[in-house]
Amino acid sequence: MNGLRRALRAGFSPFEAGLDRLVGPAWNPLNHLGALGFFFYWIVAVSGIYLYIFFDTGTTSAYLSVEYMTNKQWYAAGVMRSLHRYASDALVLFMVIHMAREFSLDRYRGARWFTWVTGVPIIWLVFAAGITGYWMVWDKLAHYVALITTQWFDWLPIFSESIARNFINPDFIDNRFFTLLVFMHIILPLILLAVLWVHLQRVSRPRINPPRGLAIGVFAMFLALSFIQPAVSQGPADLAKVPGTLKLDWFYLAFYPLFDIWSSGTLWGLAGVLTILIIALPFMPPMKRLAVAKVDLENCNGCTRCLDDCPFAAITMAPRSDGRHYAREAVVDPSLCVSCGICAGACPTATPFRDRSKELVSGIELPNLPIAGLRERVEALSAKLGGEARVIVFGCDQGTRADSVAGDGVATISLPCIGMLPPAFIDYILSRRLAEGVVLSGCGEGECYFRFGIEWTEARLAGERNPRLRKRVPRERIARVWAGRGGNRTLSRALATFRAGLPPFADNAPSTEEGPPEAPRVYEKAKSDA
Amino acid sequence: MLKLRQALGLAAVLAVFAALLGYFTYRPSYVHFTDDQALIKISFTLGGKRLGKCIRRTRAQLQKLPPHMRKVLICPRERHPVHVEVLVDNQPRYQATVNAAGLSKDGSSKFYHGLVVAPGKHLIVARLVDSGRKTGFDFEIEKAFELTARQHLIIDFQRDRGGFIFR
Repeated sequence: MNGLRRALRAGFSPFEAGLDRLVGPAWNPLNHLGALGFFFYWIVAVSGIYLYIFFDTGTTSAYLSVEYMTNKQWYAAGVMRSLHRYASDALVLFMVIHMAREFSLDRYRGARWFTWVTGVPIIWLVFAAGITGYWMVWDKLAHYVALITTQWFDWLPIFSESIARNFINPDFIDNRFFTLLVFMHIILPLILLAVLWVHLQRVSRPRINPPRGLAIGVFAMFLALSFIQPAVSQGPADLAKVPGTLKLDWFYLAFYPLFDIWSSGTLWGLAGVLTILIIALPFMPPMKRLAVAKVDLENCNGCTRCLDDCPFAAITMAPRSDGRHYAREAVVDPSLCVSCGICAGACPTATPFRDRSKELVSGIELPNLPIAGLRERVEALSAKLGGEARVIVFGCDQGTRADSVAGDGVATISLPCIGMLPPAFIDYILSRRLAEGVVLSGCGEGECYFRFGIEWTEARLAGERNPRLRKRVPRERIARVWAGRGGNRTLSRALATFRAGLPPFADNAPSTEEGPPEAPRVYEKAKSDA
Repeated sequence: MLKLRQALGLAAVLAVFAALLGYFTYRPSYVHFTDDQALIKISFTLGGKRLGKCIRRTRAQLQKLPPHMRKVLICPRERHPVHVEVLVDNQPRYQATVNAAGLSKDGSSKFYHGLVVAPGKHLIVARLVDSGRKTGFDFEIEKAFELTARQHLIIDFQRDRGGFIFR
């Protein structure tokens, strides 16, 4: 499984890096696959409602009504039909890429199993909804789709009569069949929407809207394509003839030619095995779970920052159980916690400046990577650092390997996620002159393994989110390099440039309240410099 | 300037995406059935005759039963399998015996099978046994057809309309 994941990752990496360079991480479609999927769904829904107004149910009127929309009302219903078609196609494409990319990033196991597994019915529902849509047009392609689909279902031992028989002779089909089809084509997307809601239940702050610029661009693209190549029918269905040469929509119907090669039973088997395999993936093998975050009530004041920052809704606030005067306390759900440590990074008590005469324990932290241990490690590494332009690099286990740049004057510490680093540590390092500079590195921008590590870190450094980095901290001594996995060379180059520009500490230099302009960010994603 | 460059980059990416969508939504064409073929489809559902004879209950027997169970005719549920043979131009092309559906074998036997032939004139013979007989057939039909390219000829069966029906 690791080999397959690595192969997929190697396939995605150049595309991600190329798109980042071309459009920037904020508009990179690969960083918004789920949100774009939702956007396509809404385009399909709105255009579908408009088409429904003009659609007639009947063996001849269905086709004629679609022809009316396509030809007579090409400027409105015709465009809507094309938008309906292309957004549906894009939905399938993005759904498949979304699934493959999450798999390649190992974002489907552990606490994420639920989101992965609930994605499986979404695949079935998207195909079912789309295929019933093709059926409704009642052209030659619809006839083909009807025949193949019903022949497939006929294999199941639950129908006393053949359903496919309805589509082999004009005498056998009934107008009411189209009423059933319309019902199916409406109810399936509604069920899909409900399952999408379930799909996101264990994801806090799910991004279901793409950035505006990207959304406008994609919609304009659909619109342009609708005029350049409008969706059209392929001639009325003729049940007295076997469908011959067809213009298949390969996004939805790529599996259909297999029915001419293999039996229905084989294809049910294949579909069943594939479905079970996808469902079982998170458990083959299950992810090794690190110890989950632990709340220390002595230090928890119920401030809710960990609740706000947790990317997987693993933290809830409960009434105080220890009798202290705070109203609430944080509670971690072990089944949802992914041990990213972002909660520790958010905790106001996770500061290395705290009284050294007492044990340093923060309100919430990872048992195997406590804040006290982090402070000890920083101090120990600093003590060993020599030379000029000493730098401590904080990396993340999921992104660029920080230890790849360890060397003379450079110490590295890898955290589960860069979001685990409380900003107070940067202040601590620079104010205590433990190093001349601090570098933060991790996943590629827009593809944080734990979703919000980079975003929260950037916001904390910019003073936009608690815990804020104090204004006195000289920003030119901090660099952020979001190069992603395999971005060792990018990190190395950025580090060299950063160190070259690092001034030594001036003796007795006063700390500035506002601080000078910040060092530039590097978000060049790794190409193949792993 | 950066925004403009990114917008142009996005336009380029979306142009490729549009080309991909536009192409695979209709192309390449797929040939499901060629013009040098026609299809004979055997398609019907038929319940075979019951395995045993129905028994008529006597009045005395009925009196012993609760009122809601006083059914005069008691028939065995199980049905004979249905055997079908189709010959095209005197060549046997299809032969199948299908058991009655259901756990008690009291349902219908379902037939749905296609025979690909060349367009043109063909002599088609269809035979059926639904009574379990060992020799001969309960129903038989023989008819010549001139099939056109991709024509769908259905061999249907309806007992109440005399047996086989070609559509």
